[in-house]
Amino acid sequence: MAEITAEATAPRPAQDAELGHRRPPLLAVGPLAWAKANLFSSWISTAVTLALGYLLVRWTMGFIDWAFINAIWSVPVTPQGAQTQACRALGGTGACWAVVTEKHRFILFGTYPYEEHWRPAICVLLFIGLYIVSAMRRFWRPALALIWLATLAVIGVLMWGGMLGLSYVPQERWGGLVITLILATFGIALAFPLSILVALGRRSSMPAIKTLCVLYVELIRGVPLISLLFMASVMFPLFLPEGMNIDKLLRAQIAIILFAAAYLAEVVRAGLQALPRGQYEAADALGLTYWQKTGFIILPQALRLVIPPLVNTFIGFFKDTSLVLIIGIFDLLTAGKTAIVEPAWQGFGIEIYVTVGLIYFVFCFAMSRYSQGLEAELNRHRVR
Amino acid sequence: MSTTMDPAGAAPHLASAARTDAPPAIVLDKVNKWYGSMHVLRDVTLSVATGERVVVCGPSGSGKSTMIRCINRLEQHQEGRIIVDNMELTDDTRSLDAIRREVGMVFQSFNLFPHLTILENCTLAPIWVRHMPKKEADELAMHYLSRVKIPEQANKYPGQLSGGQQQRVAIARALCMKPKIMLFDEPTSALDPEMIKEVLDTMVGLAEDGMTMVCVTHEMGFARQVADRVVFMDRGEIVESGVPEQLFNDPKTDRLKTFLSQILRGH
Ligand SMILES: Nc1ncnc2c1ncn2[C@@H]1O[C@H](COP(=O)(O)OP(=O)(O)OP(=O)(O)O)[C@@H](O)[C@H]1O
Ligand SMILES: [Mg+2]
Repeated sequence: MAEITAEATAPRPAQDAELGHRRPPLLAVGPLAWAKANLFSSWISTAVTLALGYLLVRWTMGFIDWAFINAIWSVPVTPQGAQTQACRALGGTGACWAVVTEKHRFILFGTYPYEEHWRPAICVLLFIGLYIVSAMRRFWRPALALIWLATLAVIGVLMWGGMLGLSYVPQERWGGLVITLILATFGIALAFPLSILVALGRRSSMPAIKTLCVLYVELIRGVPLISLLFMASVMFPLFLPEGMNIDKLLRAQIAIILFAAAYLAEVVRAGLQALPRGQYEAADALGLTYWQKTGFIILPQALRLVIPPLVNTFIGFFKDTSLVLIIGIFDLLTAGKTAIVEPAWQGFGIEIYVTVGLIYFVFCFAMSRYSQGLEAELNRHRVR
Repeated sequence: MSTTMDPAGAAPHLASAARTDAPPAIVLDKVNKWYGSMHVLRDVTLSVATGERVVVCGPSGSGKSTMIRCINRLEQHQEGRIIVDNMELTDDTRSLDAIRREVGMVFQSFNLFPHLTILENCTLAPIWVRHMPKKEADELAMHYLSRVKIPEQANKYPGQLSGGQQQRVAIARALCMKPKIMLFDEPTSALDPEMIKEVLDTMVGLAEDGMTMVCVTHEMGFARQVADRVVFMDRGEIVESGVPEQLFNDPKTDRLKTFLSQILRGH
């Protein structure tokens, strides 16, 4: 008997090893099988695949021709101005990147004094550094707030000058990418905490606070951002006492913060509502105070739930900052438009817009990728 | 240990730890509550002595949860008085905080904090409400996690534990606040049968230590073994109460008879 038992169990490993050597047929798994199942499963799907493939190849080749092979990267500049005849001779068959080569400083820094461009350049790098540091979880501690304050102070000093031997540059001369980053960073950094307070207020048991928050959200959400910006730039000064003047950029910034906070508040509220009541009750039963409950139990869970719509809104606002062009603030997009007002460069809008679009894309794509990683990491506790 | 053996041959009844010398731990005096126009607690009067173990049973919707939740003011009563640990429950938040520190609660659906580890679940309130140093809180939490027999799970998240384990963590979490009174609202109703015993065993252990307990449950075996008194509620009223043997073997009212026959059929 014992022998039989041994016989029955012994061959197993060998069998497993044998099984391990057998590969599934090539057409059942792997890229070929995937292509067969997804691209060529029927004659219709084969036809669509071939047609789209053809278009894709055509467009890609066309784009490569335009953007690289036929492109002109620089043109001679004489005292009379840039000589763009070579670009015009292309007749649209190639990109005239010379406009970007020539105007990139203007797009990035606007009308900021040319020889002082290093100052906004450092500010852009400081902003990016700030984003990177804030993105790393090991820096998520109270000291991060100090890092922010210090960095923003340095940025302020660099941009304005008027001290430490830096020449004074009035705000009207700031422009380009720095303006976009200032509006977006302050906008999101201040709107987000405000939105949390508003969302909590909307669920408050105190009628006065609740009504105030509902009114705020409904009023701000009910008007377009453009009209808020107009109000901030045209109407708001009318209410101020004679001689008092609040910086135009600051007014636009406040309008953007208020607008963003109303939208974000609704996103946060959705997260608060998604939490089961038991979480509130368990925190209450343990004797946690309202703010302990909110800070340790409710918000950490609610915000994790709404990372995708939050980032969606952030990205939207990053791009919406471009609306300030309407009240004459020189952000990235306005600087780009202004760069091609000069007669020599008129008609090269595509190159400029592609470049500006690329800059926006880099920032937005980074936000999007980061949020996906963050979501996966923060929601690890839900995976068994 | 009591010598009266259970007729069904189950575990013998624990000796009562109820103390008649101390003031009662919980007093409910003609408590009334309405949801809108629905009268869910009707003149509920109940006094629980320090160290006493009371089991509350009754049909669904009879107001058991509402009553027990009024004791730590997760729900507010509208008429009558509730006195817990010599403090009357009023709108005053300071006395409310004081009472919630002394009263632990275990819910049917565990309500662990899913984003915190088991250890953090247990130490959060001691650190922030009792202002205990973190190291001390960790040690205390490990002590109670060992008592509920899951110290090795301390660094996992609630979602990685079985239901029975989660409920034992919930008990440990409440115990970490060193409460004088423990409230249980159907702690085993959401559990698979094989996990019910591990949770009940934990609760029996607590009873042996002399904890004042109010427990809503339909586990009759547990009631017989542990309860000093069983309270039967129906339609917002306390209909009958008494020691388990008397209540279960010799029900006085038709409502309790009906309820018991339904429970027995269900088992
Ligand atoms: N928040 C609420 N709003 C309105 N009615 C409620 C609310 N909570 C409970 N009720 C009602 O109050 C009554 C008592 O409910 P309670 O939860 O106390 O019953 P229970 O005895 O615990 O029942 P179960 O055994 O099903 O848990 C029920 O009729 C219920 O529908
Ligand atoms: Mg209930």
